[in-house]
Amino acid sequence: MTNLTCLTQRLLARYWGLGLFVLLLALLPVFVHSPYLLSIMIFIGLYTILTVGLCLLMGYAGQVSLGHNAFYGLGAYASAIATATYGLSPWLGIVISMLLTGGVAAVIARPIFKLKGHFLAMATLGLGCIFYILFNEASSLTGGPSGLTGVPYLSIGGWAFDRDVKYYYLVWGAAAVTLLASLNIVHSRIGRALRAIHGSEVAAQSMGADTARLKAQIFVVSCVYAGLAGSLYAHYLTFVNPSPFTLHFTLMLLVMAAVGGLATVWGAPFGAALVTLLTEVLRALVPRLLDHASGEHEIIVFGFLLMVIMIYMPQGVVQGLGELYTRWRKGGPLAARRGGRALPLLRRWLRVKG
Amino acid sequence: MRFHDQLFQYIASGLTTGAIYALLAVGFVAIYKVTDVINFAQGESAMLGALLMVTLRGQMALSLVPAFVLTVVVVAVVGAALYRLALWPARNTPQVTTIIITVGASIVIRGLALVAWGTDSYPLAAFTPGRSLRLLSAVVPLQSLWVLGTTFISVAGLYLFFQHTRLGRAVRACAVNRLAAPLMGINQRRMATLTFALGSALGAVGGAVIAPITFATYDMGAMLGLKGMVAAMLGGMTSSPAAMAGGFLLGVLEAMGAGLISSGAKNAIAFAILLILLFFRPGGLTKIRLDAHSGL
Repeated sequence: MTNLTCLTQRLLARYWGLGLFVLLLALLPVFVHSPYLLSIMIFIGLYTILTVGLCLLMGYAGQVSLGHNAFYGLGAYASAIATATYGLSPWLGIVISMLLTGGVAAVIARPIFKLKGHFLAMATLGLGCIFYILFNEASSLTGGPSGLTGVPYLSIGGWAFDRDVKYYYLVWGAAAVTLLASLNIVHSRIGRALRAIHGSEVAAQSMGADTARLKAQIFVVSCVYAGLAGSLYAHYLTFVNPSPFTLHFTLMLLVMAAVGGLATVWGAPFGAALVTLLTEVLRALVPRLLDHASGEHEIIVFGFLLMVIMIYMPQGVVQGLGELYTRWRKGGPLAARRGGRALPLLRRWLRVKG
Repeated sequence: MRFHDQLFQYIASGLTTGAIYALLAVGFVAIYKVTDVINFAQGESAMLGALLMVTLRGQMALSLVPAFVLTVVVVAVVGAALYRLALWPARNTPQVTTIIITVGASIVIRGLALVAWGTDSYPLAAFTPGRSLRLLSAVVPLQSLWVLGTTFISVAGLYLFFQHTRLGRAVRACAVNRLAAPLMGINQRRMATLTFALGSALGAVGGAVIAPITFATYDMGAMLGLKGMVAAMLGGMTSSPAAMAGGFLLGVLEAMGAGLISSGAKNAIAFAILLILLFFRPGGLTKIRLDAHSGL
């Protein structure tokens, strides 16, 4: 009996955040009816799934990926081709795209994780570019630059997820499941081993962690998330073309992960929401400020954001601002500002490098 | 056209674009060896070089030499500022952080260029007017000679600077041993900033001379930068001559791939080379590992 109460308490302690989060999200459509806002929320959900995966890989295992656009695109195209070209069930499409992205990631993982740091960044970047070129060039399969149309909606029986409200629940359901899975990974033995790798790969290895295997596993998990998000994307828009899967998208994902804090699971929905909303606001504002505006001017803001966050608050905006505030209360603002080095947070981050 | 005529043509145009990759690659190597940073914003200096050249020559009607010098100096200052403002404060952070910072810098530079120049692609007049030459059945535009000449002169200049000046030797010292150099009274911050300025200047030179051939757009930097990176990797990231050779090799391979396979395959070739190289020969193509401590 005491065991049971103890367990309930522990579960409550760990998952109360997730419960609250799910409750808030479930209630949102009661108050929000605008299709525009709901579609933004759907995209935030998709980006949350992607960003969580990236955070697991970059924040926990400390391995860079600049090629997640490849797996997002692969998921979308796999689903689109399976359903629109071969007429399979959309649910099967999701399973196929997750299996495919996971399989591709598993094959690539071993050779690519022999590389470290800059070279890993370059290799994943190259991977992303190659896949983008493939989406464009393999036109018999992907429809080339004009893309594939006629991707069906997901449906249960005769009930299709064809309206924004329905899809909102579907996407956020998936996002909640990925968040839950990620929290479990992070709090497990594997999660601790991954953080050890981030700290020092040599040390982790000498403590008996199979680092190559762990890195490959977390990469596969991260890519399966990306495949899921891609597949959900395809069945939401019912249309896929190469343009969302550029290098630019990877960079935006990076901004989302950095804003939320690389080494947190909860940072992902926050970062995804902040960046997506900021993009919408900037898109509305910038043409009013600059009369000849064309193209994606808002990227300047995101570039700055990325640099400032990485220099001054590598733990993410929420924690970073909190730390800056306590610093300012205690030791004056100058100490915190000088190269960001006075931040204890940053020191902890540095110490890890050894 | 017979096959070997085509081949000459591919080699000629490949060497021209290869020269730009070579310039960027030399910049990559120098920056990497002195600061341990791979500057993902390196390609943007070529873009800035090209667009500034267009503005100075076209709208301000400056003559060739002042426009060129001004372009290179401005871009060098941008490079130095990037190091001093964004990378020096983060010099003790893990590599993930510096990678993301330079990626962020490249986005900012590209975005500012978008605001300043818009999405148009700008033509630039060749440096000297005249008809194309015929060399061994290949048609070579005069500008190609400018490209190759400028590349060799700037790299030779850099070599002389590193080998035969006091300042150059101080920079090399920082590349050889980052701990000992400051103990010898060398200001590491200044040397690293100087290296960033030089690397960016090389990129600007490349962008400025290639603009008459390829046109100048705000988003040309990303691809050029990546190709320069691949070239530097081909050379093993440790020696400038090997990086140069890597640049020319990549240029020729790409031109051949575009001509013989398909023009769509052109970009894929560079990245396929990159992946193959990283998987199988991460030390670069050169068999003998050039002594890592021979400076730059």
